[in-house]
Order: sequence, then C-alpha cells, then structure tokens
Amino acid sequence: MFEIFRTVVMRDLVLALRRRADLMTVLFFFVIVVSLFPLAIGPEMSTLRMIAPGVVWVAALLASMLALERLFAADYADGTLEQMLLTPQPLALLVLGKIAAHWLVTGLPLVLISPLLGLQYGLSGETLLVLLFSLLLGTPALSLIGAIGAALTLGLRGGGVLVSLLVLPLTIPVLIFGSGSVEATASGMGGEGHLYLLGAILVMSLVLAPLAAATALRISNE
Amino acid sequence: MSSRLVNWFKFSSPSTFYPLAGKIGFWSMVVTVVLLAVGLYMSFFVAPTDYKQGEGYRIIYVHVPAAWMSMFLYVLMAGWAALGLVFNTRLSAMMASALAPTGASMAFIALWTGAFWGKPMWGAWWVWDARLTSELILLFLYLGFIALQSAIDDPRRADRACAVLAIVGVVNVPIIYYSVIWWNTLHQGATIQIRGESSMDPLMLTTLLIMTLAFWAYCIAVAMARVRSIILERERETTWVGEMVKEGRA
Amino acid sequence: MLEVRNLECVRGDRRLFRELNFTLREGELLHLHGHNGSGKTTLLRAVSGLLLPSAGEILWRGKDIRELREEFSAELIFIGHKRAIKDDLSAVENLRVACTLDGVRISEEQAWKALERIGLYGFEDLPSRVLSQGQKRRVGLARLLLNRAPLWVLDEPFNALDKAAVGLLQGVIREHVANAGVVLLTTHQEVSLTQGAVHSLQLGSGELGHV
Repeated sequence: MFEIFRTVVMRDLVLALRRRADLMTVLFFFVIVVSLFPLAIGPEMSTLRMIAPGVVWVAALLASMLALERLFAADYADGTLEQMLLTPQPLALLVLGKIAAHWLVTGLPLVLISPLLGLQYGLSGETLLVLLFSLLLGTPALSLIGAIGAALTLGLRGGGVLVSLLVLPLTIPVLIFGSGSVEATASGMGGEGHLYLLGAILVMSLVLAPLAAATALRISNE
Repeated sequence: MSSRLVNWFKFSSPSTFYPLAGKIGFWSMVVTVVLLAVGLYMSFFVAPTDYKQGEGYRIIYVHVPAAWMSMFLYVLMAGWAALGLVFNTRLSAMMASALAPTGASMAFIALWTGAFWGKPMWGAWWVWDARLTSELILLFLYLGFIALQSAIDDPRRADRACAVLAIVGVVNVPIIYYSVIWWNTLHQGATIQIRGESSMDPLMLTTLLIMTLAFWAYCIAVAMARVRSIILERERETTWVGEMVKEGRA
Repeated sequence: MLEVRNLECVRGDRRLFRELNFTLREGELLHLHGHNGSGKTTLLRAVSGLLLPSAGEILWRGKDIRELREEFSAELIFIGHKRAIKDDLSAVENLRVACTLDGVRISEEQAWKALERIGLYGFEDLPSRVLSQGQKRRVGLARLLLNRAPLWVLDEPFNALDKAAVGLLQGVIREHVANAGVVLLTTHQEVSLTQGAVHSLQLGSGELGHV
C-alpha cells in the first residue's frame, strides 16, 4: 500500500522536477500578489502590519487555486489518469499521492517563503512563526479541497475559472482560521485555538477529500 | 406496505411523474396565491409595529422565510442529488437541478431584503454580520452548482458531478457557518446585534408562519414547473413525450 | 468468463446500442466491427468499467464488475486511444510506473527485456518525448508482455504501428488467446488473428448479431 503511494508521489515529483519552469510560476505569483498590496495601499507600516495576515493568506489561497489546474490536467490529457482508474489500487490512495506531490511542489515553497514576505509587512518574530505554521497546516487542506474541484472540472471549457468558483467558497473556513491565527497572535490573544481548528480541518479533508476527488475523477472520465 | 412501495417506484419514472408534477405544481400555485395575499395583507396592515424598529421591521416577513428556504433547499437539493448518485435514478438528479435556481433566488432575495433592512437599522446597505455573510457564501455555493451544471454538456455527467459538489457543499455548510460566526464574534464592533430574542408578538409570529408557508408553496410550485421542463428536455427522444406532443398535452 | 447482458449505452442524446448480449469464454477473442461513431470505443470503455452503461450489466466470472471493482481491474488491461505515456519519463520509467500501479512487480531487467522484445532496443532510456508515435505506442503495448491479466481490452491497438510491430502484436495476442486469455478488440486494419475462437460483432445501424 505504502509502496503504491510512494510510487505515485515519486512519479509526480520526478515529472515536476523535469519541468522546473512550471514550478516557479505559482511561487512568483504568490510573491508578486503579496508585494502589490503595499503599492496599492501605501507604505504605512502600521496599516501593513494590520492587513498582513489577510493579504498573505488570500494570496496563498489564490496561488493554490492557480496551481490546481495542473493537478490532474496533464494526466487526463495523455491518458495516464484513465489507466490509474483501471489499476487494482484504491483510487483515493492514488489521488492522495498526487495531491501530496502537488503540495510538495506548489504549496511547500509558499510556506517556506512566507516569513520573508511577512518581514516586508513588519511582522514580528512570533507572528512570523505562527504565519509559517498556519500556512503549513492550511495549504495542504487547500490542495485537498481544491482537488475535488479540479477533478470535477476536468476537461471542461474554462475549467480554470470554474474551479475557483466551485472551490473558493469551500475554503472560507481555512482562510478564516488561517489568517485569524496570525491576527490573534499579533494582537497578543494567542493563535493556538485557531491552529487547532485548522488542524482539525486538515485532518478531516485528509480523510474525506481524496474519496470525493476519486469519485469525481470517475465521473469526469466517463 | 408493499403496494405503497410499488407506488413510490412508479412515480420515480419521469413519464409517470410528469403529470403528477403538473398537478402538484398547479395546486401549490393556488395555495401560494392565497397564502401570499393573506400573508402580505397581514404583514403590512395587521401585524403590530415593532416598538424598537418601527415600521421598517416588516421586511422580515419576506427576509426570514427567504433565508430559511434558501438554507433548506440547499440541503434538499443535496439530498436529491445524493439519491441520484447512489441509486442512479434520473428523476432525483432532475429534481436537484430544478431546485438549484429556486434556492439561489431565495438566497438572493434574503440578501437583497437584508440590505434593505440593514440600511435603516444599521445605517449601511451591507454589514459583515455573520448571518448575512453566511447567506452570501450560500449564494456562492448555489452559483457554483449552477455553473458546473451548465459547463458540462453531457446531462448525465453533469448530474453526477453536481451531486458530488452538492454533497461536499452540504458537509461544508456547517463548518462554514460556525467559522463565520466565530470570525464575527472575534471582530465585535463591526456589527450591531439587533436580532436578539425579543419576545415576539403572537400576531407577528402568525404572520411570519403564513408567509413561510406561502414561500414553501411557491418553491414547490416553481420547482415542479422547472422539473417538468427538464423532463421534457431530457426525454424528448422518448415515445411518451412524442405521443404527448402529438396529442397537444405538453 | 465475460458476459454482457442487455447492455445499453447513451452518449449525449444518442443511444449507441441497446440490448447487446454476448459471452466470451477462456481462450476466446471478440473482434468488434462498426463504422465510426457506432459505439465501439464506448462499448470497450463500458466493459473496462470506465463508463457507466445506462442499462444492462457486465459480469466477470459471474459477478458484476461494479461490485468487483479493484478485483476486476487486477484482471484487466485496457489500452485505449490515448497512449498513456508520460513524455517526460523514459520508456523504462513509464513501463515500471505502469506495472507497479498495475500491481505487478517487475525488475529493471524485466522492463528492459520487454522493451527490447517490443522493438525499442536502444530507446529505453530516452525521454518519451523524442520517440515517434509508433514507438510511444509500443511502450504502452509492452505492458502486455509483463502483466498476466487474463482480460485484454484493446481499442485500435494496431494504430500507428509499422508492419513489423503489427506482426509482433498479432503474435502476442495469439499467444495470449492460446494461454486461455480473453481479448476484446477493435481495429480497422486487416489482421490475421487466431484461427479458432475468433468471434466478431457488428455494431451500428441498429442491427446486431453474431457473424
């Protein structure tokens, strides 16, 4: 079982590494969006510090939506996805493997660079740590929930925009608890409660999202 | 018992459900007209003026039923969609897609009247109140469902894909709702709680009840009308539709 | 072994076929005929379990394939229109990933041998991107040499293959049928398959029947 999971993850990682240029686009998008806000709002540090959690989180959300399109599309186009549906392995496991690899190449870089962006917004040490941690818990949940939308819209016209329309409302709790944790820490109230809830959402989506995405993939491949 | 079971299966086929839906739709419409006439009259002229909110409060007779219906219809829609996905029955999926636009319009009415209410009460058209925000998100969920339905050409794939979306949505709705409430309580000051549990006049309650029933009847009538046209569209190749068109009954 | 009962498939508004019945026993091959759009691919996808038929049932060893799910998949190889080859992986990598997911453990050496037999000697290690259409097709077909699944569902397997490869594939199919395998295939090419247990089925224009 684990071997199958590892095979899928390794396969997708190798594929991603052989297309390194694609990897950077999501990261650049994230960095650029975050850097645009001071230009639009003004360099007032106290304002920036106040909006930082929301800005970073919304940017992470949009970046992960942008990345979703690539989760299944290539495999769908060349027929390897179809073959995955016909393997004797549980499809949800294969889907989980694909999501894991997807998060490693698109989500994790965002998490790692986020403290740097937080510095631009004048966030302090502890807040930066909570920001990092909240993204570490939140972005995998975004990938998992997003996978359902990506699977549902596979092969449809205008799939990219449609996927955002379907998935964004479902990700609101992640956004609320994610940015809430940073905000609560910054205002000295402590963000642990938020982080626990974020963790609970992650666990729940870890269990349910692969199943839903697997069902959706079967429907989309008919 | 067994004969009742047979009856249920009989009506799960579109050809037998079509005339039944027509009857249900017609009578629901009649009920709607009657209840709405009574309900609106009572809302405007009979129900007493609220001592805190004055005359402006009267919009709740539209706002509250619409909000209730929008939430209830989403659950109902997901239920029908799930039935269709599990048992592969055509009619359940048609019911789900017939309910979606009605639910969306209910959510829209709730938001619209909420804004009308908010202006005199809060002095702003829009306030990030927990309930209004959840209603807005619910509208987004409906729009997602409708968008997905119309993006897929093959009706069977559309039904099944939308069913998955509706089920995922229904699992998410409570989480979204509580997260929004939590978010709202943490950002106190942005909103003014005025929908406290002030004791309601019995006459107000009766009016609200009648209006709610009127909305129920309306939603049933509209859903039936829509499901009838969906049946006709999807079954246009079948002989029973052909015969009906020939006889001029469609 | 494989039994199709009263099958009906609908694509969009069109009913492709209805009340389709056939049974295939061990060591039998069914050659599907029919003009474009007659539902050959749809039938093959339904038999593989990719597509939910609008009516009827498909039984494998007497059980519905919808209930068997992964058990059925373990006994099936489906080769469809799409090549199912990753352009960024080499032939060997493609083959090994496909076999691992199929639940078949193969060594690096077995993979190389299979590719050599299918005529890709010297191309095993190149990114599949640089291979020709026919060569990519061969990478996909190499699975047939390594997987012992009894049921093969092949949608136009001879497409884009040169004469030598067609001959090779015919031999592989013949051997599979001789070893009590079951094959369901479509092809527009004139191919000579096994002599004995070949059935053919004509789809389309509403007339169905065994020839």
